[in-house]
Amino acid sequence: MRIQISGARLLDPASQLDQVCDIFIEGGKIAALGDKPAGFSVEQLIEARDLIAVPGLVDINASLREPGYGRKGNIASETRAAAAGGVTSLCCTPFTKPVLDTPAVAELILDQARDHGAARVYPLGAFTQGLAGDNLAELVTLRDAGCVAFTNGLVPFASNRLLRHALEYAATFDLTVIFQPQDPELAEGGIAHEGAAASFRGLSGIPETAETVALSRDLLLVEQSGVRAHFSQITTARGAKLIAKAQQRGLPVTADVAMYQLILTDEALLDFSSLYHVQPPLRSLADREGLRQAVRDGVISAIASHHQPHEADAKQDPFAATEPGISSIELMLPLAMSLVQEGVLDLPSAIQRLTSGPAQAMRLNAGSLSVGARADLVLFDPNGQTLVGDNWQSKGSNCPFIGHCLPGRVRYTMLNGRISFKQG
Amino acid sequence: MTPACPLQLNDHGRLRHFLSLDGLPRELLTEILDTADSFLEVGARAVKKVPLMRGMTVCNVFFENSTRTRTTFELAAKRLSADVITLNVSTSSTSKGETLTDTLRTLEAMAADMFVMRHADSGAAHFVAEHVSPNVAIINGGDGRHAHPTQGMLDMLTIRRHKGDFSQLKVAIVGDILHSRVARSNMIALKTLGCPDIRVIAPKTLLPIGLEQYGVNVYHNIDQGLKDVDVIIMLRLQRERMRSGLLPSESEFYRLFGLSEQRLALAHPEAIVMHPGPINRGVEIDSSVADSPRAMILNQVTYGIAVRMAVLSMTMSGQNEQRHLDAEKAMQQEAH
Repeated sequence: MRIQISGARLLDPASQLDQVCDIFIEGGKIAALGDKPAGFSVEQLIEARDLIAVPGLVDINASLREPGYGRKGNIASETRAAAAGGVTSLCCTPFTKPVLDTPAVAELILDQARDHGAARVYPLGAFTQGLAGDNLAELVTLRDAGCVAFTNGLVPFASNRLLRHALEYAATFDLTVIFQPQDPELAEGGIAHEGAAASFRGLSGIPETAETVALSRDLLLVEQSGVRAHFSQITTARGAKLIAKAQQRGLPVTADVAMYQLILTDEALLDFSSLYHVQPPLRSLADREGLRQAVRDGVISAIASHHQPHEADAKQDPFAATEPGISSIELMLPLAMSLVQEGVLDLPSAIQRLTSGPAQAMRLNAGSLSVGARADLVLFDPNGQTLVGDNWQSKGSNCPFIGHCLPGRVRYTMLNGRISFKQG
Repeated sequence: MTPACPLQLNDHGRLRHFLSLDGLPRELLTEILDTADSFLEVGARAVKKVPLMRGMTVCNVFFENSTRTRTTFELAAKRLSADVITLNVSTSSTSKGETLTDTLRTLEAMAADMFVMRHADSGAAHFVAEHVSPNVAIINGGDGRHAHPTQGMLDMLTIRRHKGDFSQLKVAIVGDILHSRVARSNMIALKTLGCPDIRVIAPKTLLPIGLEQYGVNVYHNIDQGLKDVDVIIMLRLQRERMRSGLLPSESEFYRLFGLSEQRLALAHPEAIVMHPGPINRGVEIDSSVADSPRAMILNQVTYGIAVRMAVLSMTMSGQNEQRHLDAEKAMQQEAH
């Protein structure tokens, strides 16, 4: 299929492009930008005046729930949600049943994604067998099966010694390790940020130090082992500062933040709504400001969805008894536009943190629209609106933004030069 | 710190649930106290019943153990002529894997008009009132660390009956504030009723973050904190607190924060001593203080019945009013 996208403003921070120009797609790749190549006969013309074309968003942390949690979501439903949010590449978490700690599970996910997926799926492998925190998973075998990085999520290692050895082993093979720093003992029993809002509601707290203590330890072990490390879902301003200092020291560490963490704060807990129950928790206004600054500065180079769809029952209980997580992947573009509208980020920076920033952190060949690159892109209307919940794709409707009107509207998402999502 | 909780009020601003004292106006709290005062006379009569809730079914649903709260709620409902059933749910349905929602919907299907509920999770009563049974009157009998609003009101009744006007009082709350729903409800009630000097006395390990939002003064030294106070509210210290490393021992806690006769002497000469019970003699309070005429601990139990009668009857009437309003609205919509 030969496609011409006509009249769009092309914004690609990775190649420092920001201009109105036509985009020509052939064989799933960008054939040309600007002038029509000689002999290019257009089979499909997309009239995109007043739309902005950006690289397809890259989301480096999304739970697709397959295999094992079909009531919450599956690869088909959640990649459709991704496409609706402008996402064309995503890293899926290993917190499946069975856990993604064998090549068989990785292959199953990749097969499903190839056959039914509306986005490119890159699996994250379990760092330890069964995510139990003691025996290493077969990391190299998993890499060869397609895993791009390894994480143990919030599950701690059984000891610092085991963690140290795991990092050294990963460093041997230049594997990327993802940390979600949270000290399990400081966080024990906690369900919300330890601050005034949780205190008033009698919700037991997770202190800021649960993150910073674990993060400090992790950074020291990263430095010692020389492993390639990514810190995922930083929630505190002090945590972001620790990352900044490590980067200034020359440590090659990257970091991401959950999109909702840049928007919501612990003030949302006041009516006990389980929709705001997330792990790690929503933090204070000052933390949100620190995270926003770190994203502006590039210390945090990626914004991820940390998409966690749930069935309705999982949220139908008193706050502490509910499962944590927000279904958010299909709002990535509109939520980014709300940050732009609020003046938190300029549009190129927002797009960079959603495309080449995360792609570089996970070393993915994605997030840019240069000639010859795969035609993964989004066309969105910056002046349009998204009524959240309308035409909802995810199986999980555990999303506190449902019913809200957000700025920006995804009009087309293209994956490999094919339309993976489209709306008026 | 929050706007009035519309969840617990009906369209006319009357109680339809009783979940928390947060956001309730002073007039409403005063009305509860006035109503409770009038019910105290009922308790003193030979025939202790009034027919205010005749024909109504009250379910006591306790997901956490309780003796005095459950019994006084039961007595209060019976004195209002309601039919009462008490379920100790911690040992029945939930152990069979039934969810909270299903347990309560089952009871609702038995045409219950009111649930008195205690649960270990903060916000459990809010959850039920909002998502499970909005048309059943929900009375919070204690949810996690969050609130114990009837205990808060019976404490206020005790203070008002023995000390009078809140605007002249110094009140100290001593002990494990962090884990205490009683302390949270008391701080809110005292503030709403205009108490100018609320003090909390505890080591840092037993104080929640963000106490400034309650408008209280924090003391780590009990001798300073008790100086000239009119009311001392002691809280129960649970054994788990030592195990989780918040305190070294019961005896050191008693040495630093226990209420002895010598310490009581630092307070106003006519100060009263309160405790939500059950008391730990020799841990937070000395026996000689607990048994002295200054101690209001047993009066609190008596007042508890009257306060619960007031809360139950007012909430039932507000919930019934809302049911009528909803029915009228539905009829009007049908007419259109």
